[in-house]
Amino acid sequence: MNAPRLPNVTRRNLLLGTGALVVSFSLKDHAFAQEGELNVPAKPPEPVAAGPKLPGSLADTPSLDAWIRIDADSSVTVYTGKAELGQGTKTSLRQIAAEELEVPPASINLITADTAITPDEGFTAGSQTVQNSGTAIRNAAAQVREILIQQASGKLQVPADQLKAQNGRIAGPDGKSIGYGEVVMTDMLHVDAQPKSKLKSPDAYEYIGKPFARVDIPAKVTGGPAYVQDMRLPGMLHARVVRPPSWFATLKDIDTASIKAMPGVVAVIRDGNFLAVAAEKEFQAVQAMRALTGLAEWEEKPRLPNEQDLPAVLQRSESEQGVVAEAGGDFTGGVKTFSAQFMRPYQMHASIGPSCSVAHLDNGTMTVWTHTQGVYPDRKAIAQMLGMPLDKVRCIHTEGSGCYGHNGADDAAGDAALIARALPGRPVKVQWMRDQEHLWEPYGPAMLTKVSASLDASGKIVNWKYDLWSNTHSARPGSAGALLPGQLMEPGYPPDKPVMSITPLGNGDRNAIPLYSIPNLRVLWHFIADMPVRVSSLRGLGAYANVFSIESFMDQLAKEAGADPVEFRLKHMEDPRARKVISTAAEAFNWSSNPMPEGRGRGFAFAKYKNHAAYLALAMEIDVDKETGKIRVPRIVSAVDCGEAAAPDSIRNQTEGGIIQSLSWTMYEEVNFDNTRIRSSDWSTYPILRFSAVPGTLDVHIVDNPGSPYLGVAEAAQGPTSAALANALANATGKRLYNLPFSPARVKATLGV
Amino acid sequence: MKLNVNGSTHEVDADPATPLLYVLRNDLELNAAKFGCGLGQCGACTVMVDGKAIFSCLTPILLLEGREIKTVEGLGTIDSPGPMQQAFIEEQAAQCGYCIPGMMMRAQALLQSKPDASDAEIQVTLEPNLCRCGTHLRILKAVKRARELMKTAAMTPASGERKV
Repeated sequence: MNAPRLPNVTRRNLLLGTGALVVSFSLKDHAFAQEGELNVPAKPPEPVAAGPKLPGSLADTPSLDAWIRIDADSSVTVYTGKAELGQGTKTSLRQIAAEELEVPPASINLITADTAITPDEGFTAGSQTVQNSGTAIRNAAAQVREILIQQASGKLQVPADQLKAQNGRIAGPDGKSIGYGEVVMTDMLHVDAQPKSKLKSPDAYEYIGKPFARVDIPAKVTGGPAYVQDMRLPGMLHARVVRPPSWFATLKDIDTASIKAMPGVVAVIRDGNFLAVAAEKEFQAVQAMRALTGLAEWEEKPRLPNEQDLPAVLQRSESEQGVVAEAGGDFTGGVKTFSAQFMRPYQMHASIGPSCSVAHLDNGTMTVWTHTQGVYPDRKAIAQMLGMPLDKVRCIHTEGSGCYGHNGADDAAGDAALIARALPGRPVKVQWMRDQEHLWEPYGPAMLTKVSASLDASGKIVNWKYDLWSNTHSARPGSAGALLPGQLMEPGYPPDKPVMSITPLGNGDRNAIPLYSIPNLRVLWHFIADMPVRVSSLRGLGAYANVFSIESFMDQLAKEAGADPVEFRLKHMEDPRARKVISTAAEAFNWSSNPMPEGRGRGFAFAKYKNHAAYLALAMEIDVDKETGKIRVPRIVSAVDCGEAAAPDSIRNQTEGGIIQSLSWTMYEEVNFDNTRIRSSDWSTYPILRFSAVPGTLDVHIVDNPGSPYLGVAEAAQGPTSAALANALANATGKRLYNLPFSPARVKATLGV
Repeated sequence: MKLNVNGSTHEVDADPATPLLYVLRNDLELNAAKFGCGLGQCGACTVMVDGKAIFSCLTPILLLEGREIKTVEGLGTIDSPGPMQQAFIEEQAAQCGYCIPGMMMRAQALLQSKPDASDAEIQVTLEPNLCRCGTHLRILKAVKRARELMKTAAMTPASGERKV
């Protein structure tokens, strides 16, 4: 790929109103951008003015200077409350801001999620960074540009409509120009955004829509400091936690004198069931952790459900019912009725780098560097846990290994803060071990779904009933009880009471409503409050299991109706953009219903993520080895419409990654446990996809809609991939699998070989 | 004890039982090799010793005196990336990027000993290394691109720094 290069940002100068240089650094040798900027004043929250809704996150943070800052030297700083999680945000948001501000993307200083500096944009989740933050920045940038032009008009004595912004300057028709820094005045941008912005038209784009090289990749492939794991602060201690062997276990009395006497050990911290050790050197901390693990005795309690019996356990555990959708009401029509039941096990984020955080209690202020998805909610939880006022806790997002939802990041941040509180003045880095990540991260909830539908004589679906059983998919911080150390300490904070929340955003019910035209429809969520297995948000939330169920069942219905699966979907689809991605994927794949050789099959699936974000359809070809139950995927073709394709290569990268990750979930992944302990503690007990199983080819076709709103895309592939695989398997073998994952053993058993 | 890393000798004051990974990351302040599992199951910590890919999380430094250790930092710099690094940048072969240095070192070891390794050999060789973002296809493309770039680099007269 020959992407235009966004030169690496090497310097950043921040000037206060006085013109004094506050901080400058080189990204090359100092990736932790926000470290030195305690002097930059926090933006006070602005009350939201009543009136027309502002675009994107401007609705919550309307002041232009919360997003964009222009200094006397014409340097441009853009603030986002969203974080880089490997999805290319640091690049795509620069592209978007640069477009409207008429400056080169590389010249922009981008500051990401930091409670002392950036707007509060909640969590970086749900594929909403470009949709919300990008939209806010785009509109703010366009309005700032117009303000600069207005100011320049007075200074240059040229009517504003004859002036143009270009390359950091405002120029008139006679060639006279003036730099942004020369027209900028104190508080000039301290005004609320207007509902309407003068946005550039797509045909004038210079940066949006171009596949820019990501700004973060050069450091990541040359050993530059790029992750919180790479932070080394002067005097920093290395800490390790010692977790209980199982959930609900309690720590008996323990004499830690022998641990404290180990080389390099600075402290052993016990607070209730929270146990940790801090040492001068990292391997000393590891050795002390091992010794402490051997020393600690726990009282365990067998409170986990029976894994072999999950469908029944989930149904038994129902605490409340919610209506997700209801239409029509005639469930008596049709000539034939079909039904099916699907099951998704607990699955994990399983990041390659275990969670990590650095915390430093200095002069009464706790600073926490964390790869959390939400610095503000994390700060709130940590402040509550420590009993500190909010303004004495600062959370700075610093990249970690891949995220994929609510993983161990917040807990590790809490661990670091709790340990650092005991060691004032010394920064503390906590690095989780592999088994700690596997055993203690919140999993994606197990889900059971049941669907029944009727076809009329012409093969049209006339009614549809869908029931899903699931915990909440959101147990994120905001309160100390959402943090593991908060729960383990004494007195501990209880986890927040889970509530069923049915909103357009979707939770367990995300994508539970089929997008197809079905006159009589009823979708119910059987909510499970009880969570003996800790769960929270995993990429796509309920969409993964719901789309798996709906799109598997659509194929089943197509077969019953004697229709081609693609034609059957089109027959029930009115949305023209959905039709377009379905037909684009089918054509690019060269879809047909022709018979395939023995053991080979093709499958198709579609979903509009959340029913209001990106459209994605894909087709795949698979080979099934009946002797071993192994599945090979020679070919995948996908098509995606996420509105205006702001950063096409990031869209491709996220879609390829989503498909491959979902293949891994679908083919291998299942958290195993007995009544007391989680048994999936490493990569041998929780295998994921390796190179030998990657698809032969994987094409992503972007259906671009220049000028139309951004639609979140990064999680759009999770659901359709699983169903396309299920459909291909049914096509190849004549047998359908209803329970995830399609492990070789299960495939073999289903085929009865 | 003395360790030879990326062509320089370093005096290291650490327990000889310390896995190489911790010495690289903390004592020598080299960021590329990553902690992933500490079990030899994921490859995030992969570095080269005497031209062979090893798990640095499992290898105590006491075994390494006098051996030639190479990390991603020894392949080039951000200003002058080596062929393997250049290939990963060209192919934009990273999402979170955490697994990438391990991938690069395992691929480097293969291509150094076998410059004409086939596509299939590349794929098989990378089997011990895990990626969770699903960047596998780009990683394979980047290693194939590196195979070409390394040949070109080998043919051009050494410019001093670009030696692979």
